[in-house]
This record gives sequence, C-alpha cells and structure tokens, in this order.
Amino acid sequence: MLDSFSTLIKRDLTLSLRRSSEWLNPLVFFVIVVTLFPLGVGPDGQLLSEIAPGVIWVAALLATLLALDGLFRDDYSDGSLEQLLLSPHPLPLLVLAKTTAHWLVSGLPLVILSPLLALLMQLPLQALPALLLSLVLGTLSLSLIGSIGAALTVGLKRGSVLLALLVLPLFIPVLIFGSGCVAAAASGFETSAQLSLLAGLFFLALALAPWAASAALRISVEA
Amino acid sequence: MPDKSLESDSDRRAENHSEGRAETLLEAKSLSVSRGELQLFADRSFTITKGELVQLHGDNGSGKTTLLRALCTLMPLDEGELYWRGEQLPAARDSYFSEMAFAGHADGLKTGLTPVENLKWCLIDTPPDEDACYQTLAQTGLAGKEDLPCRVLSAGQRRRVVLARLLISKAVLWILDEPLTALDVSGRELVASLIEAHIEQGGSVIYSTHQPLPLSSRSADQTLMLPG
Repeated sequence: MLDSFSTLIKRDLTLSLRRSSEWLNPLVFFVIVVTLFPLGVGPDGQLLSEIAPGVIWVAALLATLLALDGLFRDDYSDGSLEQLLLSPHPLPLLVLAKTTAHWLVSGLPLVILSPLLALLMQLPLQALPALLLSLVLGTLSLSLIGSIGAALTVGLKRGSVLLALLVLPLFIPVLIFGSGCVAAAASGFETSAQLSLLAGLFFLALALAPWAASAALRISVEA
Repeated sequence: MPDKSLESDSDRRAENHSEGRAETLLEAKSLSVSRGELQLFADRSFTITKGELVQLHGDNGSGKTTLLRALCTLMPLDEGELYWRGEQLPAARDSYFSEMAFAGHADGLKTGLTPVENLKWCLIDTPPDEDACYQTLAQTGLAGKEDLPCRVLSAGQRRRVVLARLLISKAVLWILDEPLTALDVSGRELVASLIEAHIEQGGSVIYSTHQPLPLSSRSADQTLMLPG
C-alpha cells in the first residue's frame, strides 16, 4: 500500500522536474510580488520590517494558490485521473501522495527562498526560525486544503477563478496564525501558541482533506 | 451483505454448475443511465461470464461510452445495480479494481514519461519490474521506442502503450472503449489477437467499436445493442 504512495510521488516528481515551468512559475511569482513592495511603499526600513510578515505570508499564499490549479488538471485531461480512480489502492492515500509531491515542488521551494526575501524586507533576523517553521506548517496546510478545491474544480473549463473563490476563505486561519507567528517573533515575543495552532490546523487538514478531495474527484469525473 | 443477494448468488452458482457454464464475473441488473436530461438507456440487464467476449453495438451518441464508464463505476447509475462476483458495487470496489482494467477514449498516459515509466508506475496491485515492461512493450510492437517520451509517439503508438498496460495489469476483465482508434492494420490485428489470447486464458472482454474487429478464431459471444 505504501508502495503505491511512493510510486506516485516518484512519478509526479519526475514529471515536475522534466517540466520546470510548473514549479518555477509560482516561485518566480512569489519573489516578484515580494520585491514589488519595497518599490511600491518606498525604502523605509522601519515600515518594511513592520509589514514584512504579512507581505511574505500573503505572497506565499497566492503563489500556492497559483500552483494549485495544476494539481489534478493534467491528470484529468490526459485520462490518468480515471486510471487513478480505478486503481485498487485507497484513493485518499493516492490523493495524499499527489498533494505531497505537489508541496515538494511548489511549497518547499517557497520556504527555502523565504529567508532571502525576509532580508529584502528587513525582517529582524530573530524572526527567521519562526518564519521558516510557520511557512513549512502553513504551506503544507494550504496544499492540503487547496487539494479539495482543486479536485472540485478540475472538471471545469475556467476553474481557476472559482478555485480561488472557494479556497481563499479557507486559507484565512492559516494566514492569521502564520503571519501572527512571524510578527510576534519579530517583536521578540513567544511564538509557541501560534505554532501549535498552525500544527493543529495542519493535522486537521491532513486528517480530512485527502478524503474530501477523493470524494470531489469521483464527482468531477462523472461529468 | 443482505441475505437476498447471498441467496441469489448461490442460486446462480447452482444454475451455472448445472448448465456447465463458467462463473459470472460482472452482472448488471436493470441499469438506467442518463446524461443531463437525456436518458441513454433504461432497464438493461446482462451478465459477463468468465471467458466471454462481449461486443457493444450502437450509433454515435447511443451511450456506449457512458455504459462502459458506468460499468467501471466512473458514472453514477440512475437506477439498477452492478455486481462483481456476486458482491454489489461500489462497495466491492477494491476487489473489482484489482481484477478489472479500463482503456477509455483518453489514453491515461503521462506524455512527459517514457512508455516504460508509464508502465512501471501505473499503480496496479503488484508493480511490474522493468524487464517485464520491456517485454510487454516489445509484444505490442514498441521495441526500440521504450525510452522515448510518450510526447513524441504517434497516437497509434500511444494506443499500443495502452495495450501493454492492459497486458501488464493481469486483469481478468478488460473494458475497452473503441480499442481500434488510431491504430493501423497491424495494430488492429494486434488488438484482435491480444483479445483472443486473453479470452483463451479465461479472461473476459467487453468492448465497443465502429470498425470490425479482425478476429480470426471466434466471434463475439454476446452482442449488446444500444438504441440510437
């Protein structure tokens, strides 16, 4: 059973690495959006460091959203989604494998690049561990929650706008605790409460999202 | 499981035994399926037994694809029941899916992967080893093309990869929607010979086609007509 999990991750990672635009575009989007802020609000270090947690978190959230549309779309159009649904392995496990592979190429690069953007936004260095940790937990949750929306909209021609409308409200708790965590760390406060809440949201999404996305996929191929 | 289905199952087995017939694999009881407002078929009942070749006849838009997708549980039924080896679907989905292979209009291949990668990562019960993938691809006429990305293969060559996936799946029941699409003469003969070999080994096939399938040693055991 775990074989099918690792097989699917291997397959999706191989595909992503061969088609670099898939993971590179959201990453470049993330970098550009954050760099627009010093240009837009001016090089005032004080102001930048104050808005840095929110800016980085919102940019990461939008970049995740941008990548989400491709989670099941290719599989839907080339028919491999049907084959996935007809596989003897448990569908939630396969959906979880797809979401994990998707996070590895879309969420993890954001986390790795975020310290660089934190420097650009003059975020105090002491907030870096909180930024990294909150982004790891946060982007994982966003990918899981987003997989439900991606599964629901995969059968629609112009599904990406609807996907945004569906999942953005669900992203709000993650954003609040994520940016709150970084802001608290930047001001030198304790962050364990926000991190615990983020971890709680992650485990909640992990427990529910693969099942909900599986049900949504079965509905989407019926059309 | 409700008593009723157990009873009917044992009845059927007794009946099969007395007539010396093979065991029933898939049983459809009064299926009705519609697409939107349009009712495609109503109250169709049939069974597919082991070693049986079933052809699906019907004009364009008569619901062949829909019926085949409904048999795969990819389409919801308006009414009726499906049984796999006497157990009702979709509850018995797991055992059904490990013994059934579906080849639909879409190839279900990843164009960024090579034929070998498509086969070895195809999520069947027991993942095939690489040698078996190469052998099966050679069997379907793709020797020498195993390591090219599927993107550069022609539509017909991709269908041959799909045939290789059917072979490697070791499924008992093949559900084939227009298996001859995009194939050349030798490809059509290959499909026919693979189907015949599968039937001889005790497998079952249900297929739809508009072109005659060049079967050499047998004809379809059962033909289902769908009204236009």
